[in-house]
Amino acid sequence: MEKTVNHKAWFLVLPVLVLVAFSAVIPLMTVVNYSVQDTFGNNVFFWTGLEWFEQMLKSDRMWNALGRQLVFSAIILAIEVPLGIFVALNMPKRGFWASVCLVLMSLPLLIPWNVVGTIWQIFARVDIGLLGYTLRALGVNYNYTQDFFAAWTTVIVMDVWHWTSLVALLAYAGLQSIPDAYYQAAKIDQASRWAVFRYIELPKMAGVLMIAILLRFMDSFMIYTEPFVVTGGGPGNATTFLSIDLVKMALGQFDLGPAAAFSIMYFLVILVISYVFYTVMTNLDKRDGVA
Amino acid sequence: MSDTTMKPTVSAPGAASIPGDVTAERATANARLKSRFRPTGSAFVMGLYLLFLLLPIYWLLNMSLKTNQEILSTFSLIPLRPTLENYLTILTDPSWYMGYVNSLIYVVMNTVISIMVALPAAYAFSRYQFMGDKHLFFWLLTNRMAPPAVFALPFFQLYSSVGLFDTHIAVALAHCLFNVPLAVWILEGFMRGVPREIDETAYIDGYSFPRFFVKIFMPLIASGIGVAAFFCFMFSWVELLLSRTLTSVDAKPIAATMTRTVSASGLDWGVLAAAGILTIVPGALVIWFVRNYIAKGFALGRV
Repeated sequence: MEKTVNHKAWFLVLPVLVLVAFSAVIPLMTVVNYSVQDTFGNNVFFWTGLEWFEQMLKSDRMWNALGRQLVFSAIILAIEVPLGIFVALNMPKRGFWASVCLVLMSLPLLIPWNVVGTIWQIFARVDIGLLGYTLRALGVNYNYTQDFFAAWTTVIVMDVWHWTSLVALLAYAGLQSIPDAYYQAAKIDQASRWAVFRYIELPKMAGVLMIAILLRFMDSFMIYTEPFVVTGGGPGNATTFLSIDLVKMALGQFDLGPAAAFSIMYFLVILVISYVFYTVMTNLDKRDGVA
Repeated sequence: MSDTTMKPTVSAPGAASIPGDVTAERATANARLKSRFRPTGSAFVMGLYLLFLLLPIYWLLNMSLKTNQEILSTFSLIPLRPTLENYLTILTDPSWYMGYVNSLIYVVMNTVISIMVALPAAYAFSRYQFMGDKHLFFWLLTNRMAPPAVFALPFFQLYSSVGLFDTHIAVALAHCLFNVPLAVWILEGFMRGVPREIDETAYIDGYSFPRFFVKIFMPLIASGIGVAAFFCFMFSWVELLLSRTLTSVDAKPIAATMTRTVSASGLDWGVLAAAGILTIVPGALVIWFVRNYIAKGFALGRV
C-alpha cells in the first residue's frame, strides 16, 4: 500500500513522543550521567570519564553474569522454539477444542511474573510441592536451593512452562494463514509429512517465528522476577542473571557508577542484537508483502 | 487468522444435492474438505502439553484450599478438608485487598493513557510517510526491549524528585515505557487492514479529522482497540520490578505484597497460594474474548 507523504503527521505522533521522552529519555540520561561521574555523597559529583566502563569490563562479575545469561537464553530458545512448533502442529485446527486449547495455553502468559515464581517455588519444594515430592519419592536427590544443577533445571523448566505457549501461539497463527490449496497440491504430489513441513509450513511460518525468537530473546535476556523469586540468584551466584546482578548492584549496594556503566552496556547488547532481528524481520515482511 | 475461516472455499460436490439447511450443510462440508488436506495433530500430544501447563496451576489451587496446618502435615493430591479460609483472610484484611485495588488503579490508568496517545500515532504510522518515520518506529520498539532493571533506579529518582513517588500515576507512567510502544505496534497492525478509501470518502463527505476519527474510524478498529487494551492491561498487571521500586505503602501493588510475605518467617503457604490464584483471575476472565487475536497481540500486531 502506497502511503502519502505528509510531514504534518508528526503532530499525531507528538503525544507519544512527549510521553516516551518523559519515561525513557530522561531516565536514560540519568544513567548516562552516573556512568561518567563519581560522588562522595552530598550530591557532589565529579567527572571520571570512562573509568567505570573500564572497571566493569575488567570485572569478572559482569562477564560471569553475561555468560550465564547467554547460556540461559541459548538453552531456552533451543527448547522453546522446536517445542512450540511441535505443539502448534498438534493443535486442533478449528472448532470448540481449538478455542479451549488457545485459552488454556494462554493462561501461563497472563500470570504475574512473581506468581509464576511462587507457583514453581511451591511446586518444586521437596516437602509440600508435587514435583519435588515426587522426585524425592523416586529417589532423585533434588534440592533447588542448594544444588547447582537442580536450580538451573528448575529455572529452565519454569521458563519453558511460562513461555513455550507464546511460540506455539505465534506458530499456530502462521499455520492458520496457509491456504488449503498448498496442502491439496502437496497431497496430489504425494508429499511426505516431513516434506509438507519442510517446504510448506516452515517457510510460511518464518515471519512469525522471527517475531517469536526476537521476543523470547529480548524477554529472556531481561529476566528478573521469576528466578529471583524461586532461587534468589542462588545457590551462590549460580542463577544470578544480568538483571538480578544489576538490581543487586544498583539498589542493593548503591554502586551507582558501575551499575550505570553496566546498564548502558547491557542495553547496547540487547539493542544491537534486536536491530539485527528487526532488519531481518522487515525484510521478510517486504518479501511476503504486508503480512 | 480469522480471515481464513471466513474465506469462501470450494464447496464439496455432494453438498448441493442435499436438501435442507444449505448453509449449515456447506459449513460442515467445508470443514470436512479443509481437514482432509491439512495434516491433523495428535490429541495425545496436546493432552500431555496441557497437563504440563495446568499441573502447577492446579497445585496452587489445591494449596489455596487447604489450611496451613494441612499443607505442612499431610501430602495429598486433593484438599481433604477444603476450606475458603485463606480467601477470607485476603478479602477481609485491608493490607491484602488494598494491594489488588492499587494494582487495578494503576493498571487501568496505564491502559487509558497508553491507548489515548497510541491511537493518533498508530494512525500516522499506518497512513502517512513522514520525516524519520522508520527510525521513530524502531526507536519505539527499543523501549519495549529496555530491561526494566536498567530503568528501576532512574525512575525511582525521577519520580521522587517530582514528588510522585508512591502514587498510582507514577507506576502508570513508568509502565508506559513498554506499553505505549506495544499499543502503537498492535494498533498499527489493525489499522493497516482498513482500506484508505474509507478515509478519503469521509473527507470528501466533509468530515473533519477528529470527527472522522471518532465516529467512523474507531468503530472500524474496535477489535484492535480491545486487543491493545487487553495487552496493555496484561503487561502492566504482570510487571513487578518497576511497580515495586516506585511504591512503598499507598500504592503498593498486590505482587509486592506477596513478595513481602515470601521473605517473612513463618510463611503462610495457604494464604500465599490463595493470593496467587486471585491474581490469575482477571486474565482468565477476559481471555476468552480475545482468544482469536491473542497471537496478533503477542506478535506486536505483525501476524
